[in-house]
Amino acid sequence: MYILVAGGGKVGANLARALIGMGHEVTVIEQRQDRFDKLEEELEHQVQHGDATEIYVLERAGIGRPPDLVLGVTGDDEDNIVICQIAREKYGVPKVIARVNDPRNQETFDLLGISPTVSATSTILALVEHEVPEHGLIHLLDLRNENLEIVEVQIDKSSPSAGKTVAGLSLPQESRLISVTRDGQSEIAVGSTKLLPGDRVLAILKPGWEDEFRRALISA
Amino acid sequence: MKAIVVGCGRVGSRVARQLDRSGWEVTVVDEREDALHRLGENWTGGFVVGHGIDVGVLERAGIEEADAVVVATNGDNTNLVIGQVAQKRFDIQCVVVRILDPARAEFYATRGLRTVCPTSTAISVLTDAVRSCEVNREKVAG
Repeated sequence: MYILVAGGGKVGANLARALIGMGHEVTVIEQRQDRFDKLEEELEHQVQHGDATEIYVLERAGIGRPPDLVLGVTGDDEDNIVICQIAREKYGVPKVIARVNDPRNQETFDLLGISPTVSATSTILALVEHEVPEHGLIHLLDLRNENLEIVEVQIDKSSPSAGKTVAGLSLPQESRLISVTRDGQSEIAVGSTKLLPGDRVLAILKPGWEDEFRRALISA
Repeated sequence: MKAIVVGCGRVGSRVARQLDRSGWEVTVVDEREDALHRLGENWTGGFVVGHGIDVGVLERAGIEEADAVVVATNGDNTNLVIGQVAQKRFDIQCVVVRILDPARAEFYATRGLRTVCPTSTAISVLTDAVRSCEVNREKVAG
């Protein structure tokens, strides 16, 4: 694949190294002179100097071909949004991936249809949440395009669902159980599946239904 | 009529003052509190300190009731994103965005954003000025 990497900082440079190692054709665009000089020593013609939101810089880097994939991974969220919009809408790049630096800007990426996005802060937070489930509900995956999320809960003795079958639960309308894991063995959740203390349950639900879901399964 | 002006630099502050003078209810947004002085001592309009990319800041400035939004911070990409948020999230019909780079101004104009490019304006005014010099010289020579 031909991949254009906009931003040659830690993220962009390491992505470029890995992608080149995998045999892809890569061009990195970096604005800062000091970073560019260092990268050029290593990557030679595979790095271009300039502002990746400038159309002539993008064109010099081959955006007109167009690339199979553009990565907007600069340290500036507005820049990443504009890079991805220009790539997709002006040059017909089939796939873009954007880095979200400030998770508060996530909704703006979503609003403008920039997807998928990757945010280090959100990823780490999700992992922390996984280690320390604050309200018993662990977010495993956000399916942004589908507007669905996959969560995990652990059933304990005091859970209102303990001892009940899946069919016997009053789950919120916009949720379904996926699987039940007990003693390292998982099975798909069906109506007759019984929930026991210690079970870990995966579920899929629409965002906004977390509280009702939590009440139905783990806290009255 | 209510207007929000994002960015209180040379351009934003003067736009805010002129709209205010022509009877608009204006609220200005800028990251720096000391930008307020650009609006003059007698500024009676609103002023909110914060970054325009922050939706909460726009809401505090009253964007939900705004009739017009002018975006004129010193960053083209910041302006492009804030302008699109005003249009798409808050459904503001009149959004005007200052973009210094003619190429980006042109591209986003084709996507329905009203962009104003001072660079393009300067280029055509300067070119016209030079052309009119040639005309005068020809007249002198003739």
